[in-house]
This record gives sequence, structure tokens and C-alpha cells, in this order.
Amino acid sequence: MAGMKDLARLVRELEDQLVVCMRCGMCQAVCPLYAETGREADVARGKLALLEGLSKEMFRDPKGVSQRLNRCLLCGSCAANCPSGVKVLDIFLKARAILAGYMGLSPLKKLILRGMLANPAFFDTFMEWGARFQDLFTKPANEVLGTSCARFATPLLGERHIKPLAPRPFHAELPALDSPAGSSGLKVAFFVGCLIDKIFPSVAHATLKVLQKHGVGVYLPDNQACCGIPAASSGDMTAFKKLVRHNLERFPVHRFDGLVTSCATCTSTIRKVWPVLFAEDGADILDRVRALSEKTMDIHEFLVGRLGVHPEAATPRSDAVPVTYHDPCHLKKSLGVFAEPRELLRANGNIRLVEMAQSDWCCGLGGSFSLEHYDLSSQVGRRKRDMVAATGARILATGCPACMIQFHDRLSQAGDAVQVRHAIELYAEALGP
Amino acid sequence: MMSARFFKALEEVVGKENVYTDEADRAVYAYDAAVVEPVVPAAVVRPQDAEKLGRIVRLCNDEAVPITVRGAGTNLSGGTVPKSHGVVILTNALNRILELNTEDLYAVVEPGVITAKFAAAVESKGLFYPPDPGSQAVSTLGGNVAENAGGLRGLKYGVTRDYVMGLEFFDANGDVVKTGARTVKCVTGYNLASLLVGSEGTLGVIYKIILKLIPQPQHRKSMMAVFDAVSGASQTVAAVIAEKIVPATLEFLDNFTIRAVESFSRAGLPTDAAALLLIEVDGHPAQVEEDAAKVEGICRKMGARSLRVAQTAQERDKVWEARRAALSALAKLKPTVVLEDATVPRSRIPDMVQAVQDIAAKYGLTIGTFGHAGDGNLHPTILTDRRNAEEWHRVERAVEEIFDRALAMGGTLSGEHGIGLAKAPFMEKETTRASLEYARRIKRALDPKNILNPGKVIGEA
Repeated sequence: MAGMKDLARLVRELEDQLVVCMRCGMCQAVCPLYAETGREADVARGKLALLEGLSKEMFRDPKGVSQRLNRCLLCGSCAANCPSGVKVLDIFLKARAILAGYMGLSPLKKLILRGMLANPAFFDTFMEWGARFQDLFTKPANEVLGTSCARFATPLLGERHIKPLAPRPFHAELPALDSPAGSSGLKVAFFVGCLIDKIFPSVAHATLKVLQKHGVGVYLPDNQACCGIPAASSGDMTAFKKLVRHNLERFPVHRFDGLVTSCATCTSTIRKVWPVLFAEDGADILDRVRALSEKTMDIHEFLVGRLGVHPEAATPRSDAVPVTYHDPCHLKKSLGVFAEPRELLRANGNIRLVEMAQSDWCCGLGGSFSLEHYDLSSQVGRRKRDMVAATGARILATGCPACMIQFHDRLSQAGDAVQVRHAIELYAEALGP
Repeated sequence: MMSARFFKALEEVVGKENVYTDEADRAVYAYDAAVVEPVVPAAVVRPQDAEKLGRIVRLCNDEAVPITVRGAGTNLSGGTVPKSHGVVILTNALNRILELNTEDLYAVVEPGVITAKFAAAVESKGLFYPPDPGSQAVSTLGGNVAENAGGLRGLKYGVTRDYVMGLEFFDANGDVVKTGARTVKCVTGYNLASLLVGSEGTLGVIYKIILKLIPQPQHRKSMMAVFDAVSGASQTVAAVIAEKIVPATLEFLDNFTIRAVESFSRAGLPTDAAALLLIEVDGHPAQVEEDAAKVEGICRKMGARSLRVAQTAQERDKVWEARRAALSALAKLKPTVVLEDATVPRSRIPDMVQAVQDIAAKYGLTIGTFGHAGDGNLHPTILTDRRNAEEWHRVERAVEEIFDRALAMGGTLSGEHGIGLAKAPFMEKETTRASLEYARRIKRALDPKNILNPGKVIGEA
């Protein structure tokens, strides 16, 4: 371990961004963790103060700061609501990288991030084996949701109700595709994302169907890698950059007009995180990162904003199913996308949109956050579940597979008969067979 | 100063998980929203109910450990900075609305209730709790009472003080003191509630508040008046009051603030205007229409270049959007924001606006001015970078001169932000040595071990 002075020097590189925080405390109003714990160290203002303390060599041990910095969903609610415009997520990701570089990653994280995630082909094979054997360890929990829970006590699953791995991942069903632009004159690359590929392949199928129906050509390369957010949020720049470089190879920008994903987190990572974390890697790579990043769009945003799809709002049938829509943080707060999915949902006459209170309150998953802080993640999720339950909706729609995982767990544990669907699936249904 | 036995005693009262002693957990309670030096407390305690809060106070008094009570930590004068490295007590777990009485028009709340949540709960019953400090989305009612918080509606509806009907608090010994009542009239004993309001945690620890509620106004009307000269805007303020119209809000934005808001939000504000007035009148519909027409007439007479009256709820929101964005738009320009609140009798608003402009020029500083012109409470906002020592020195001198000029106009150091640490050294300027000594004698009598937020308001007791 290098000295505290070196660490302080590294953190001081963030100083110009850190001083922007005026400690007004408005982040307390929107932080999903603070709402549960009331602890200042859980809210952005506290974490920014801790980083400033680190830069001033205020602490004997950086571990305490590191632990508190990692107790964060990275949902960006604070940044979206910050009167001073503090770039909270940029700061936190950079700080996590600095601290992970200084203190080292745990052997388990190293194994998962570098050994598996950063080797896409091996990761795929490993997960396919998992899908084959998961029934040995799990049993059905909720029929409507299709969730499972552990057959016997295992530290791996704990209390979780999980949406099991799909029998066949999307990439096994459709490894690659290269179809020409249709009536729209546009062709997009489709970045599938790990969760949609391995757990929700139906979302990928729905996405392709929608693109085809609108005459959009699709470029789907095989051997896609993770967008890198699990590595970035763990501060593992080695794995993160390896994944980004791999994806840059798989997605040559001249082959398509735009890159779409149906995963809010992937979109937000490619658009917002990639350029920030490559900012000091030299012009060559940064230009390539930016070129792909700028072309990346959420599927709803692409359809409504770029393609100009404005479906006629259907009159809901008398027996239309009540649906409520959850705004993923990575769509609304990070990218400003919230009207588009709703516009597409209204095209489906089989459903009736019922807004919940605080539809943009974080679901509490936070990716790897829920692995390390499952109790806290569940607590945030229960609050969200109550908001869903209050609407009487029979379907929860959203635009992010990570949120979908959390909703499966929370709704299943509450014994709710509420399906979880991606908004694009419901729109695809409206387009007919 | 604090023994292991003392920490253990704290844990026995509230549980180990509610006593924070790790350095990283304590470091985040060293500051509030004021630009003052942070001070790290020795421990932080989060009691879950009033009874435990009382026991913690008693424990600290027994051991002569200083305590600083903290709600959301949003105050702008350093009042929640634990100057003596003592114990910070959090009230945010005491967050229940205990009673909301729609027949007798009062509410009973715990100190950790969030102001905006309370106002919304009151509104859902068709009633109105007017105090709306800028931090209301996070600030606590306990903090509002301790600081006597104001807001945009002070002109017509007054400030927090005007809504406190009664209090229950712990004295320095941790014994229960009750003052005031749920009744409109009450002359039972000394009016201790008034003493506690604005005392910034130096005289007692509040655990229950009885707040007055009023009926919601039936109708409101908002308008925005654009002026080519600051004098036109400030004379309008004086003329409206002289005409015996009391708007619910009467807000002022200077040219610098207008430009900052516009470049930030592109709301379509006239960036060449010298000043804007945002005015809202409320009450009975007939009265509102009459007042609005009169205000409109005055604005025109005083040389308003244009006047926009909101016809719909959306247009009304649009008018207030500019005001709500003022502080954040300014804050985005420089790292350090010094938000002052020296206040003058409202007829002196034109002089005060001029004084601030002179001071900005004299010290070569960027100052945006906006605020509650209707009640004389402007917010000159100094934009700077605290890391620049030379500039910071000029800021300190400018602040002092703002105080001097406000006092010379018969004004006061602070309209609503409190004295805390930041303004304690200037108290004598406004009052007298004897006034301070009088206050210190009260403090010494009520808090002989000087444990209740020492160093605040009156300096060292």
C-alpha cells in the first residue's frame, strides 16, 4: 500500500470537481439510501466531504472512506437534483478507481471481473452451464412472475427470489444478424447487454421485432461483451477498459447509423461513463470511444426521437390491464428519457397506463450494490414495491432489465400477482404478430 | 474529554448502531451549508424517540459534554457545526406528525419532520402552513424553529415564529419543559416558546412543536414586472406597501441574477433588464383581482417596461421558475457561494440595492442580488473561490461592509439565516455590550455547564 500522501495527491486531482459542492444538502431530498438510513455518509454531500477529507489527509485509514463510497446505488438522483451541478457520478466512479487502485480489489471481485466478465466467450459458456444446473438449487416461488428461490439455505442466493437464467440465452438463438436498412433508410447496431441476453431474451426478440416493423436494418455482431459498468463501479479499470476495447472492435461505427440498447444501464454507461473514464487515455482511443458513445441511444429514445414514431394513442379496451411504468434512473435522470416509453405504451390498447407516485424513485438494485448490500437494497425496493402496489397495476413496465430483476424479487417476496415487462415488449405486442 | 464509559452509556440508551464513532462517520457531521471551518464531533448520536433524546441530553450534561442538535444540516450560519468537538445529536429519526387538527387548526409534530412534507400533508387537508425556507425540501421543522426560518411569504404571512403555538423541550439537565398550548390564547407563565424560537439550540433541545395552521387562500395571481432601472423596481416595492396592498410574495432579481438564470435555464427572461419583480397576491377572488389590478397600475406608473400576468397554473409556475432557479444558477458560476441576508426596513430597499452594487465595485467582487424585497430581506450572493486567499480576504471585508450599511439603514445582520458562528462576532455592532451580556446571563443561568451548542449566537458565554 502506498502512503496516504500519494492517495491524497490522487484524490486532489478531483479537487476542481469536488469544490463545486456547496454543502447545501438538497441531495437529502432525493437520495434513496438516505431515505432509509438518515445517515449523512450515505448521501452525496457526505461522500463528497469524505473525499475532500481524504485529499486533505484527514483520515488515518482510507478503508472507512472507501466502504462508505461503495455504499451508493450510483442512481444519479443527487446529480439530477443538484443546484450547483456537481458531477457526482463522474467523481464517484473516478474516486472508486483511485481507491481500488490504492487498496487493491478483493480476490473474489478480481476473479469475477477479470477472470470471467472480461472474457466474454468464457463468461457466456459459464452462464450457460449455470442455466442447465440452476434447477438443482432453486424451486419456483411465484407463478405470475416466474421467479425462483433457493431450495436450501445457500449464501449465494440468501433470501432472494430470482428470475432464473433463460434456458437458452439470446445469443445462442441468434448469434449474429446483418440486415439492410428497410423503409426507414436507417440501420442500427443492437447492443444486447448481459441481463437481456441471459435472463430476458424475450426483450431482445421484442426489440428486433419493433426495429423490423419500422423498417430499420439491424447490425448484430456476435461475441458482444458487457458494457463494463460492474467493473467501473468496482473501480476495476483494467477489466473495464478491456471490455470497452472489446466492444469497440465488435461495433465498427461506419457499419450503422446508430447503436441502440434496450438496457437503460448499458445506454447510460456507453453514453456517459465511457467518455469520462477514457478522458485521459490519449486522443486515438478517446476519439473511437466518443464516436460510438455519441451514436448510442435507448430504444424508446431512438424510436420516438430519431425515427419520429408517434403512434396514435389507442383507446384502452374496457378490460384493459392496468400497467404502471417505473422510470429507470439511468433513463430519466441520466438521459432525460421518460416521455418516450410512455408514448409507446399508450399505443397498446390492451393496457391502461396508471402512474404511480414518484415513478422515478430508484428501485434500489444498483447492480453489484445489491450483491454487497442486499438488506439495504431490499429496503429501498420495498418502498418502491409499495408504490407499485398502491396503483393496483397488474403489470409493472420499465425500460431496464436491472430494474426488472429487482421488481421480480420484491414483488415475488410480497406475494404480488404483478407481471414485470419491458416497455418495448408491450409496444411490440401493439404492432401485431 | 470523553471516557469509554460515556460512549458505552450512550450506546446503552440508543443502541450501538445509533452511536457513530468511526472517523469517517463523524467527519460528515463537521459542516453545514455555511462557509465556515468544519469541526469534527467526538461522536454522533441518533435517538429514535423523545424519551431517549432526553436521556442523551442528561448524560451529556452529567459529563459536561457539549451537544449540537442537527436536523438536515442546511443552515447558513454554522449553527450546526459542533464547534467544541462535542456530540452531535440527530433529530431525523423523530419524524412523526403526531396530530393534524383540522377543527382547531393546529398540528403537533416531532422536530425531525421535513418542512415540505409537512406543508404537503397540511395542504392535503385544505389548510396552509406558510413558512417556506429555500431548503424546505430537506429542512426539518425543528431546525426551522431553532433558526426562526423565513422564506418567500414573510411579507404577508410572517415567519416560523408566527406559527409556533407551543413547545416541549428538554432543558440542559434533560428535564421536560412545556410552554404554550393548543389554544389560540394562552398566558400561562413566561412565553418561553418565543425565547426558544431562533435560539439555535443554545437554550434547550426541542422534542415536540405545536404549530398554527391557517385556511388556504382561495385564489392567487402571479405576475412578473420588467424594469429598465433598479430604482423603478425598488420604488415599486415601496409604493405597493404604501398603497396598503400586502402581496403574499414580492421578490426581486437583479440583472446579474437574471442573466445567470437565463443562461442556465433558457426561460426566456429579458437579459437586458435591470431588475425583475415577481409578485403574487392571494386571498378572496374579488380582493385578489382588485389588488392585482392596483399592483399592475403601480408597476406601470413606476416605469415597468413590461408586465406579464399569469393566466394559467403553468404560466404561474413559469413566473416562479425564475426565482426558484436563482440560487442554483448563481451557484453554478463559481465554487464558493456566500449567501448573505442582511435585512433593512423595506422602504430602504432602493438604498440597499445601491449599497450592494457599490460594495461589489469597491472590492472587485461578483455579487448577484435577489430576494424577498417585500420584507426588506435581500440575498446579496457573493460568488468566489475560497481557495483564493487574497480574494477571500476581500469577500470578508465586503461582508462586513454589507452589515455596516444595513445597520446604518436601521436594518439587521440576519433576516432569516441565523447568527450561528458566522455572525456571532458582529452581534455587538447591532445591539449593545449590555444586550449581549444580558443574553449571556440567561444562557449561564439555564445552562451552567455550557453544554447547549456553545459558541453560537452570543459567542462564548
